[in-house]
Amino acid sequence: MCGIAGLIHRGKSSNVGRELTAMLQSLKHRGPDSTGFALYGSPKSGEHVLRFKVAEQEDMRHGFQIQHLVKERRAEVDRRLDELGATRVAVEDATDYAFRYSISYDGDMKKLADYVEDVEGAEILSIGNTLELIKDLGDAGQVSSQYGLGEFGGTHAIGHTRMATESDVDIRSAHPYWAYPFNDISVVHNGQLTNYWGSRREMERRGHRFMSNCDSELIAVYLADRMERGDSLEESMHRSVGELDGVFTYVVATADKLGMAKDVMAAKPMVLYESDEFVALASEEVAIRSVFPHEIDTYDPYEGEVMVWQS
Amino acid sequence: MAELEQDHESYELGMHTEQLSGRTQQVFFSAEESDHLVYPWAPQVDFEKTAEIDANSLDQRAVNQEISRLMNEGVGTITVRNPGAKHSLGVGILSRLNLHFDGSLGYFGCGLLDGPNVTVSGRVGWSCAENMMAGTVVIEKNGGSTFGAAIRGGDLVCKGDVGSRTGIDQKGGTIIVGGRTGAFSGFMMQRGRMVVLGDAGKNLGDSMYDGTIYVGGEIADLGVDAVEAEMTDLDCHWIERKLSQYGLEAPKGAKNMKKIVSGKQLWNYDNLEPAEKKLVL
Repeated sequence: MCGIAGLIHRGKSSNVGRELTAMLQSLKHRGPDSTGFALYGSPKSGEHVLRFKVAEQEDMRHGFQIQHLVKERRAEVDRRLDELGATRVAVEDATDYAFRYSISYDGDMKKLADYVEDVEGAEILSIGNTLELIKDLGDAGQVSSQYGLGEFGGTHAIGHTRMATESDVDIRSAHPYWAYPFNDISVVHNGQLTNYWGSRREMERRGHRFMSNCDSELIAVYLADRMERGDSLEESMHRSVGELDGVFTYVVATADKLGMAKDVMAAKPMVLYESDEFVALASEEVAIRSVFPHEIDTYDPYEGEVMVWQS
Repeated sequence: MAELEQDHESYELGMHTEQLSGRTQQVFFSAEESDHLVYPWAPQVDFEKTAEIDANSLDQRAVNQEISRLMNEGVGTITVRNPGAKHSLGVGILSRLNLHFDGSLGYFGCGLLDGPNVTVSGRVGWSCAENMMAGTVVIEKNGGSTFGAAIRGGDLVCKGDVGSRTGIDQKGGTIIVGGRTGAFSGFMMQRGRMVVLGDAGKNLGDSMYDGTIYVGGEIADLGVDAVEAEMTDLDCHWIERKLSQYGLEAPKGAKNMKKIVSGKQLWNYDNLEPAEKKLVL
């Protein structure tokens, strides 16, 4: 059934890593297979954060060759970044198989993404000025601890706890999805899209790539496609409610915005708390209570509703 | 005398006599049978005996077990502090009890009730009071979707807004919403009454078999086989009296509310198609 959550501070930064970890941990019962975070920190002028992996967590437990393969793949990624003229400003090993690079690059980001992902086993989790996307197997506490997210400062964040139904239990099928090739756009989803394959084929004909067989990835690609054609985030979301078929509630974030959309049947839950300083939304109120233990007024958005908040 | 008049009024409204034609409905949902239903194991409680539970450090099972333990000790008035939107609190209570939640409940709160009077100072999540048989549940703030799903009796009141599919499969009792309700409210409703003082979302009363929905605000659209009927003086009198019990009133007056009932064009409940009959018989 999956659990989704999001939060945004209006006009200030906070420890969004710790806050989102608490929210997702309280939604663990909705999906224990994997947990993902899309965190929006402070932008650094001229730098992008590249989060990528070169193997699945599961791969690391099998085979004598995998450690060697990981080194080879990473070296090839580094070589291709150098070839494209991307400068690695800072390099961090998040895990044995997932990495965080700060890069300086002013070329074509789609070309860079395609070239890096052409390396066997490589998948870009996110590229952004502010976005850092982390996802892995395990609950929120485990993933947050593994990747050191507890002290992540920023303005907003979205996250997901996954109950795998339509695709594998692996990082590739975990949420959030980065809206390739757009910087700083990420999506989490609870539900099931029934026109996934038809819409995917249409997107692929338009040149978009899919890294998984997870229907939720379609939402990220769909929004990216609409925005590439000139729609605003809000316009794209309104259009998605009519064109995506099935039951869904999704949350999307950009460099400075947080949004949510609900299908016309309102079949998937979402509870919302909104004040002048802060907005929090989640599949269950217990998640909001994990950051607001005192009494607050919450409500459910209605069918077909689209809402967007500015940081 | 006043009580006699009220009984007469409820009979006039058909609240004691409305029956679905299906065989299963006749056997299991007879109003006469439910009048005499008692549970021999129900604890005898004294409403003057009070107790408090702090749910802050307890899980949902522990809170429910503590409510049960206090009832078995004869406590008739229980306040639960810090419920923290935990799920499935206050469920399966089958006897008289005054139960107050000081805060908000999560999903499936107050389900399977038969007799207690429950008040919630905060909000409730999805599926509040599902399958309630008797008693009252009054929520001061908002409610989630499937509010009062399949209730068979009692009064379920939310003074704020509720989500979609309110009263889905409602089989009796009264649901009152002080604000707005979402899409598919009253979907497959079979009996009982729903009063919505605000707006109602699309497909109101879709495929309803029976029962009545009153709406004070705008209706986005009606569902299949839901039709508008004429408001009568009895309807108005009943709405005003019912709302006054909970400190509510219709913003534009009861007489300006819309009354939605089943058109009964799809009314083939429990009627088998000829081909199916052959198979069954």
